[in-house]
Amino acid sequence: MTSLEVLGTGPLALVEDLGRPGLAHIGVTRSGAADRRSHRLANRLLANDADRATIEITLGGFSALIFDGDLDITITGADAHPAIDGIPFGTNSIAHIRDGQVISLGAPHSGLRSYLGVRGGIAVNPVLGSRSSDTMSGIGPVPLQPGDVLPIGEPSRHFPEVELAPVAAISDGLVELRVIPGPRDAWFIDPDALVRTTWVASDGSDRVGVRLIGAALEHRWPGRQLPSEGVVRGAIQVPPNGQPVILGADHPVTGGYPVIGVVTDADTDRLAQLRPGQPIRLRWSRARIATADPPDW
Amino acid sequence: MSMSAIRDYGDRALLLECNSTDEVLAFAAALRAADIAGVTDIVPGARTVLVTLTDPDHQASARTRVAEYEIASPANSVRPVHPDVVIDVIYDGADLADVAELVGMNTGDVVAAHTGTLWRVGFGGFAPGFAYLVDGDPRLLVPRRDEPRTRVPAGSVALAGEFSGVYPRESPGGWRLIGRTETVLWDIDRPQPALLAPGMWVRFRAVDPP
Repeated sequence: MTSLEVLGTGPLALVEDLGRPGLAHIGVTRSGAADRRSHRLANRLLANDADRATIEITLGGFSALIFDGDLDITITGADAHPAIDGIPFGTNSIAHIRDGQVISLGAPHSGLRSYLGVRGGIAVNPVLGSRSSDTMSGIGPVPLQPGDVLPIGEPSRHFPEVELAPVAAISDGLVELRVIPGPRDAWFIDPDALVRTTWVASDGSDRVGVRLIGAALEHRWPGRQLPSEGVVRGAIQVPPNGQPVILGADHPVTGGYPVIGVVTDADTDRLAQLRPGQPIRLRWSRARIATADPPDW
Repeated sequence: MSMSAIRDYGDRALLLECNSTDEVLAFAAALRAADIAGVTDIVPGARTVLVTLTDPDHQASARTRVAEYEIASPANSVRPVHPDVVIDVIYDGADLADVAELVGMNTGDVVAAHTGTLWRVGFGGFAPGFAYLVDGDPRLLVPRRDEPRTRVPAGSVALAGEFSGVYPRESPGGWRLIGRTETVLWDIDRPQPALLAPGMWVRFRAVDPP
């Protein structure tokens, strides 16, 4: 059976699929690909079923040997200059790799995460119904290491129909993300400061959350504790220091910091491609309605 | 009776605000049973229920369904005679004496208070299998430690604020440790990995060290 041996991982390489829905009430977050759109595109290009796992590669530097068979592969997401035995091929296209050849990635000039898809998918054993690495809870496969040998799954009965997909380049400049106000915008003196500030992504960002740096948001009731409530990926939590954290794929299932707004579901995929130091503007995607004071908790 | 408000939570979730833990748990259970189209997760919080959806297209229809939903007024604080789970605890926690001092009891009375009433699983979070236990003896209200511990052993039984909880695995933690249990709270290889799920009733029982 065709297999993949990891030769180099770069800063971080993880097996990811679409995660573990339905377990949040027992403390298991969804996890899954940070940039779901790029992950899905990889599966679609290869005519894989949507539940197949890819390898999520942060900041390039990954390489792997394919052995015991030939394979169709693709790289989506950040363009990290993929090559087979040193011969470049295009991001968002299908490449055929032969037994004994090596796929390698350089460093992306823009974007953060690339996805290596293989026809049939990465077939490690699922945990709680998913092959995703949840970096916060340690559920699922551990981060890949050189020497790891990964099984490749059975290909679907369908065959790839297109050789490449037209995808807009990932910006390395100012990124604008749409935000739906609330639910806890009333907990801030000036919630609109969120959309007037140019924020910068901190290098403390990871799959749990993207930390923003900028003029601190002021809490209306600094001593008041919000009773813990469920959170989602894209929720913009504001801890007491006023510096927002936009939650990512491996977020905790509940949180006690007020959420001033939530990035639209579609834009959370763009969030996953933000690099440390990159500027961000947030924009209300619906009118913000000043709400009455919260219940008397 | 219905919940006090439904807010949009981004474009792929709804947040239901409730007036009490009883109401949270009643709504969470009712919505789970209702099996509404497009719902992914139903996540109880301390005063809210988060309903996440498969995609933004379901937000409007789910909001309508949830708003129509009514439940019988939950019977406040009616405790069952028998708990769903009994957890045996050796009460020798490093913070037991501090807790006793904070609440103005002796350590024996703290143990009696902790074991004397049933606790209810309010909600999860913090780590897989961790349960925020509520509705225990109200005298056991203590603040978190000023300095969280970098390492709390698995099975530690603890108090913080109005909550009690058991650490499902070794982790950092700021709760006050009153005891420890051999009971396994989280085992990913079990059919039900989490011992405790929202709505369950729990009794702690004091046992001697082996």
